[in-house]
Amino acid sequence: MEELVLARIQFAANISFHILFPTITIGLGWVLLFFKLRYGASGDERWIEAYRFWVKVFALSFALGVVSGITMSFQFGTNWPGYMEKVGNIAGPLLAYEVLTAFFLEAVFIGIMLFGASRVSNWLHTVATFCVAFGTTMSAFWIIVLNSWMHTPVGFELRDGVAHATDWWAIVFNPSMPYRLTHMLMASGLTVAFLIAGLSALRLLMGDRSDSPRLALKVGVYLAAVLIPLQIYAGDLHGLNTLEHQPQKIAAMEANWETRSNVPLLLFAIPDQAQRKNHFEIGVPNGASLILKHRGDGVVPGLNDYVSADGKPLHPPVAAVFWSFRVMVGVGMLMLLVSWFAAWSLRGAGAAAISPWLLRGLVAMTFSGWVATLAGWYTTEIGRQPWLVQGVLTTAEAVGPVSAPLILSTLIVYLIIYAVLAVSYIAVLVHLSRKAAEGSGGGPATGLAAVTD
Amino acid sequence: MTLFGDPAIWLPVAFAGILGVSILLYVILDGFDLGVGILLPLADDAEKDRMIASIGPFWDANETWLVLGVGILLVAFPTAHGVILTALYLPVAVMLVGLILRGVAFEFRIKAPLERKSIWNWTFFAGSLMTALAQGLMLGLYIMGLEITLINVAFALLMALCVVGGYAFIGATWLILKTEEALQTKALIWARFGLFGAAFGLAAVSLATPFASDRIFDKWFSMPAFVALAPLPIVSTGLLVVLWLSLRHLSVSENRAGDWVPFTAAVALFVIAFVGLAYSFYPYIVPEKLTIYDAASAPESLMIILVGTLVVMPVILGYTALSYVIFRGKATELRYD
Repeated sequence: MEELVLARIQFAANISFHILFPTITIGLGWVLLFFKLRYGASGDERWIEAYRFWVKVFALSFALGVVSGITMSFQFGTNWPGYMEKVGNIAGPLLAYEVLTAFFLEAVFIGIMLFGASRVSNWLHTVATFCVAFGTTMSAFWIIVLNSWMHTPVGFELRDGVAHATDWWAIVFNPSMPYRLTHMLMASGLTVAFLIAGLSALRLLMGDRSDSPRLALKVGVYLAAVLIPLQIYAGDLHGLNTLEHQPQKIAAMEANWETRSNVPLLLFAIPDQAQRKNHFEIGVPNGASLILKHRGDGVVPGLNDYVSADGKPLHPPVAAVFWSFRVMVGVGMLMLLVSWFAAWSLRGAGAAAISPWLLRGLVAMTFSGWVATLAGWYTTEIGRQPWLVQGVLTTAEAVGPVSAPLILSTLIVYLIIYAVLAVSYIAVLVHLSRKAAEGSGGGPATGLAAVTD
Repeated sequence: MTLFGDPAIWLPVAFAGILGVSILLYVILDGFDLGVGILLPLADDAEKDRMIASIGPFWDANETWLVLGVGILLVAFPTAHGVILTALYLPVAVMLVGLILRGVAFEFRIKAPLERKSIWNWTFFAGSLMTALAQGLMLGLYIMGLEITLINVAFALLMALCVVGGYAFIGATWLILKTEEALQTKALIWARFGLFGAAFGLAAVSLATPFASDRIFDKWFSMPAFVALAPLPIVSTGLLVVLWLSLRHLSVSENRAGDWVPFTAAVALFVIAFVGLAYSFYPYIVPEKLTIYDAASAPESLMIILVGTLVVMPVILGYTALSYVIFRGKATELRYD
């Protein structure tokens, strides 16, 4: 039991740390290609300056993603040997295709993209930039295919307790895949949009006098303003898809215990799994029924339908799912507010007049994408528990024979390293921004004057 | 698909081949990267930059062969993946920490404030060293059949030192190829020391492996295998002589023509050592416990991976070669523009 909890914490720590960086590189690769193409088309130096600044952020994020990703590929075996034994025939080919079609592509071409500009022709460098962006997206595609299959497994049969593929088309395009992929790719786009807007705002606050961060800031703000309503819509569709295939997850997200109509949308509650009820509920009447069934008296599934005959819950832990979901949605709403207000403020007038308060707001939102992405993944992954593969394999069945003290000691080492790396990463982003600001002839002393004049 | 007979027989062999090629390419390619990292403290600050510049465009892709190797193990031989990685849990964890430190130090050392650079240089060294030590431990324990006994651990520790020496050696030959002047002179000295380590390691593995099991002993020391395998030790000895002569020649040579010889010979040596090991253990994937046939995934799943591999692998090798061609010649300062 202890092994299971520790193996889960260790895996969750690693995958949480890992996802921070692909979330940036998937979106940023395409933004870099955009900067480069814009420079090629317009000859405007500001675009190539933006490219040169952001390619450094990309390189750093990419390295962190690669090394934490390698950890993941080993932990499938060390932490969850039962997973590969049961569904290896399906997971295996999907992971293999990720390595073959994505990892090598991005790893080789990033060398050319980063260090090859003076050694290859411009078009080949552009192709390399494209290959890196395409590689990161392919990687997202395959891993989302596998993850989605774990939520909505189809196209296989069990022979002697082992899953065998019967229809690869069905496996790849499993019911939740298109929704999850769209939701994640847009999450990546939003994370990058707020990162670009936030760091560019930081540079302006530090007194950067070059025009490039103003331009990048606009790109970030407009990208966010366009993506966030689309993301909210895609998220809604994803939720309806989950309602169809994993109703117990929706019940946990809404902390709805009894299957009934006229379910309120809870804004606040403390779900109590022991007593199987909520404390301190504050809700919008009929809200959940309206969102999920598009009518006020729509019937929403309840958690009490997912309890075994001997009283064991067959649904996920409620509070974690309920709150993760609320954090994600809350940050999403904040993104909508900030990006639309910023886009409206930036209209026409030119970036010279950006209010320092708006800049500070954007700086505060720099890593909002990380918060929302993590909260979203916690919602869907904890929401799948106690299953590892929905209806096929429980997490407890997949855990390996490694002893608890060994997992705990390595877990502590990982946590220390990840904490140091996360702090170093953010410190280096700030350092790069300051260096760029000072290099532009500005500096902290002239800071706000440069923004407001 | 009965073209080549029963796929349940030949598919595992094909995947053992792909697994072998991935691990071999990893050991050679990341071997020289890690070796350069291990040698880093021996150089001055400007030389450190140049050493890292020599591996800068490549290390990421080189490391990907490890991901492919462990990926193939995972997907083609899932049972073996579980057995091996849980048995080697601790060295695997040490290696992963090493790879993390090495990979991030590469970026942080040039992007962090200047006063932190030496900390990240040390991190780069420590990460490379940890990775090499852990891989040596894993190799040693694997050879001894994944049994944790005092003698096996002692042997594994010896192997750890040998792998560090072997990587430092191939790293030094890489630097001879990619650098000039004072740094190249230093690399020549490192390589001459490293050669002794490599020769010792080769001898230790060659002597220990046959005694790890009677089966392996018989595979090597029975007729006609003994005669058929004779080229392996003979060519290895020849390569060691070539390396020794070439390093001595380059040390006194004015123009240092033939600076590619040590690296090429070192690669050949790694290939031979690997072929010898692979021969010893085939068809076992977990020594003496699990053959590739016992551990293989279902044929229909292996087939779909094989098709993808055969289509994509030539493309990967193609653009990998392109990258080595683009960055051929002596290493220059790493610049983003």
